[in-house]
Amino acid sequence: MEHRIRHLSTYSYDPAALRIALRLKLFPVDHEGQQVESWKVTVNDEEVSPLVFSDLGDREALWSSHEAIDRLDIVAEGKIVTRDTAGVVRGLPGNAPPGIFRRVTDLTEADKAIRALIADARQDDRLAMLHGLMGQINERVTYLTGSTSASTSAADALKSGKGVCQDHAHLFIAACRAADIPARYITGYLKPDADSDIEAPAAALQAQGQSQSQSQSQGSDKSDGQSQSQSQESGPLLETHAWGEAWIDGIGWIGFDPSNNVCPTENYVRLCSGLDAVGAAPIRGNVLGETKESLEVSVAIGQSQQ
Amino acid sequence: MGDPAGPRRPYRNVARWIEKTGIDLLNMRREEAEAIFRRIGITFAVYGEGGDPERLIPFDMIPRIFSAAEWRRVSAGVKQRARALNAFLYDIYHRGEIIRAGIIPEHLIYQNEAFLPEMVGVEPPGRVYSHIVGVDIVRTDAEDFLVLEDNCRTPSGVSYMLENREIMMRMFPELFARSNVAPVDTYPDELKKSLAEVAPPACKGDPCIALLTPGPFNSAYYEHSYLADLMGIELVEPGDLFVDEGKVWMRTTRGPQRLDVIYRRIDDDYIDPLAFRSDSMLGVQGLFNAYRAGNVTLCSAPGAGIADDKAIYIFVPDMVRFYLGEEPILKNVQTWRCALDDDRAYVLDNLKDLVVKEVHGSGGYGMLVGPKATKEERRVYAERIKADPDNFIAQPTLNLSTSPTLGEEGLSGRHVDFRPYCLVGADTRLVPGGLTRVALTKGSLVVNSSQGGGVKDTWVLSE
Amino acid sequence: MMLSRTANNLFWLARYMERAEATARLIEMGQRMALLPGPKESNEWRSVMMAAGAVDAVDGDKAVSEARVVKTLLLSADNPTSVRYCMERARANARAVRTSLTQQQWETLNDGWRRFEKMTTSEARKNLGDHLDWVKTRTATFRGATEGFMLRNDRYDFLHLGGYIERANMTLRLLDVKYYVLLPETEVVGGGRDHYQWRSILLALSGHRAYHHNYAGDYSPWKITDFLVLSPRFPRSLKFCYGGIRLHLDRLAEHYGERHECCKTADEMLERLNTKDLGEIFQSGLHEFIMGAIGTTYRLSDEISDAYHF
Repeated sequence: MEHRIRHLSTYSYDPAALRIALRLKLFPVDHEGQQVESWKVTVNDEEVSPLVFSDLGDREALWSSHEAIDRLDIVAEGKIVTRDTAGVVRGLPGNAPPGIFRRVTDLTEADKAIRALIADARQDDRLAMLHGLMGQINERVTYLTGSTSASTSAADALKSGKGVCQDHAHLFIAACRAADIPARYITGYLKPDADSDIEAPAAALQAQGQSQSQSQSQGSDKSDGQSQSQSQESGPLLETHAWGEAWIDGIGWIGFDPSNNVCPTENYVRLCSGLDAVGAAPIRGNVLGETKESLEVSVAIGQSQQ
Repeated sequence: MGDPAGPRRPYRNVARWIEKTGIDLLNMRREEAEAIFRRIGITFAVYGEGGDPERLIPFDMIPRIFSAAEWRRVSAGVKQRARALNAFLYDIYHRGEIIRAGIIPEHLIYQNEAFLPEMVGVEPPGRVYSHIVGVDIVRTDAEDFLVLEDNCRTPSGVSYMLENREIMMRMFPELFARSNVAPVDTYPDELKKSLAEVAPPACKGDPCIALLTPGPFNSAYYEHSYLADLMGIELVEPGDLFVDEGKVWMRTTRGPQRLDVIYRRIDDDYIDPLAFRSDSMLGVQGLFNAYRAGNVTLCSAPGAGIADDKAIYIFVPDMVRFYLGEEPILKNVQTWRCALDDDRAYVLDNLKDLVVKEVHGSGGYGMLVGPKATKEERRVYAERIKADPDNFIAQPTLNLSTSPTLGEEGLSGRHVDFRPYCLVGADTRLVPGGLTRVALTKGSLVVNSSQGGGVKDTWVLSE
Repeated sequence: MMLSRTANNLFWLARYMERAEATARLIEMGQRMALLPGPKESNEWRSVMMAAGAVDAVDGDKAVSEARVVKTLLLSADNPTSVRYCMERARANARAVRTSLTQQQWETLNDGWRRFEKMTTSEARKNLGDHLDWVKTRTATFRGATEGFMLRNDRYDFLHLGGYIERANMTLRLLDVKYYVLLPETEVVGGGRDHYQWRSILLALSGHRAYHHNYAGDYSPWKITDFLVLSPRFPRSLKFCYGGIRLHLDRLAEHYGERHECCKTADEMLERLNTKDLGEIFQSGLHEFIMGAIGTTYRLSDEISDAYHF
């Protein structure tokens, strides 16, 4: 399937920020199920190319402003062809040992309930076990926009029984790691099926934390991670999305999307990965200057006319 | 001394001199020396203790002495260890052969807080991660040198090695004329050479090197400025640097100047708010990615700290065998891992004879010295171990050798340890000397400057 | 070439040293004036505070006590013109650029820098003369160490630029506070009171002996103003300071192979001081002239920072 994507993130600063530095992981890479035909990232119309080719499989770029700035338009756009591989992700660049993805982070720490979840799902056939786990998560944590925040942990999401794709992915990853199965967080785009049970959330407008200090930097992670979508004048409905990947010896990395209870299909475009939503944040910024930041995101993803 | 047979051989010359000089004169000289230290401003701040924010480390006038033969062994052992630790770092940030070979359990590496996943696959110039390896060594008898711990991040204290020697030569020139002491003042040149050798391959000509300090409020700021000065390189603070086009630049009176090698004395967490702690006020935005792109070399490499983690320490002799195919020249202190059931049981049964440390602690804080602790202190500590066994290791209280030390009432033996600074670039280099720390309280085993330890000059005698 | 921050630290190190000395001399002047026979209603401590910019510490027209002055101008940890503050800031700036200083320069600043930290006002007043002498000795020793041993590179120039700018600033501030006693018409008011005021200005700049030497004891506001503004020989005159500023800016311009806006500003100021005589300056208004010169000096300081990226 051919996808034409235009992913626009607009940040506004009032008053203007003195200096902004960005780390961008907005560069999808080829694998057996995905081919990047063309891709371009710009920040305020300035083209940005990847600086680092990480062995974890991602591309990263840096951008920084040279003067005070009150608005950032970050655009990632291009054409990507996908095909269904039953969720199996092979042929990614990078040689990182899968064992690294057993590393537990604050957001993916397993508590008793998560360990019970994976214990219940346990069976000899790993693949079947993870399908079972995915189904369990889908059942136990209802998809509800706005029910959690970017800093909600897997354990908290399970406890509350509500969450968004970020929480589903974290929970899946936490459970895998608790069973010694390497797992990672994927940020990407999804073209929803017509019969998807996920409602498209309303236009995402997020006011993020205030960044203070005149002369020193104060961080603000733009790891929004929540599923956001907005209909654009020209493009059809689309979403940024998140899911998990688990490593099974003999097969390799396989994607699992507990929000939709499926392994990624050709409707999924894989953007970048990480140990959790923080690590897989497509945009991370550091702002100098006392300013208030607000964010608007829109993604247009559409099937090309053949 | 305190040995009925008299001082060990290397000390004889000095012993005769002490006898001749007399304790009173020595004590007078010590006051002079402290006045000099104070005036020059060699001070050391201790966090959270209040009082004088720029206090002196007590200086003991009696040198600690190695014979040429002893030094050959220590030197070979330290270099061997430094090479093995760097090989280990390269391995775990690539294929992880030592894990695959079953020598170190995977979780001790990949789950370790000091392990940086973002470093996987990065190729540091010369495959060097830890460019300055400080190895803390103690001696238990005439034959045995044991390694207490390794310091692979940014070991501090080398300025004392240099300044202590300066002071000693100023105070007692006659003593140096009589003894054949190997010089240590080549250290800054050797360090600069090592740093230049690890410049990015794309850097042509003389690399531009700078020392990155958190600033004047850091406890080791004196050392930072002292070393930068002796090497003739800029002492920069994070605000002096910025990243543009993926390269690192220094703000100068002529405008931006490209930087090739950074000897950084800032912890991983704080070097880049875009990569690590986003609340870091110290970092340089984008520095880590400039490093990963190979446009600048950071010394030490981010993530090098895992090699000196106390949980990893016990495997260092295995690393020497695995990566170098050699037998370790320096032994480890016997160590029990409380994470292992048998070890923990032993530790809990024998607390009164053991020293217990937190795996991730440093600077002598949070440790239990069994023989010195009260019954109640041991009981409380035992509970801490049971609550979080993975976080503790234990070692026997060593019968540490003592070194003659000048006190109010004359000479007496005090426990010492020793930290040589091994430099790793294209070559592995070791200046004949290091930092001898001394526990000034009688019987105390804690030599950390933050806990009332002092320092001595260290002599390596030439043949 | 050097780090921009280094240039900034050297510049401010010199400014704070110069300021510490100026404040010490101001206090000394106040103390001396308080001892001299003179009209008691003219509270000299008040103008000391005004000249040191400690306007907030002065309560309307009320007389200011010596204790208050000592507290504000000698011991205060946060008044930017107090001796303690200046000495601490000078040392902090020096500490950040230790490697750019000679051992002796550093030792001068480091030795006894915490002297005023725990001192009470009454302790300080007991030996006020000693404390002021100590400050003057520090600054003189620092100056000596600088002249005697410092390499004549761009560091030396930034250090001196800071010193001259601060000094010009101090002379101008004093003129600003005292200009009314220097206006020709006050001569009519005249009498002992003005004679007393004129002396105080010279005392504050330690220029009374030099002045006496030059003008043989002939105190007139005209001549005093001439001495403080246009004397090419008195090292605290505006002309002398601007001469020093231009010298070091020229050296930097040559060193860096580029002339910046700051050179032009200094040249213009010096040109005015060289070609105008006092009559012209008085004609257009002494106060206006002083205010203009203060503004120019501030702007010059900013232009130097811009030119050398600090």
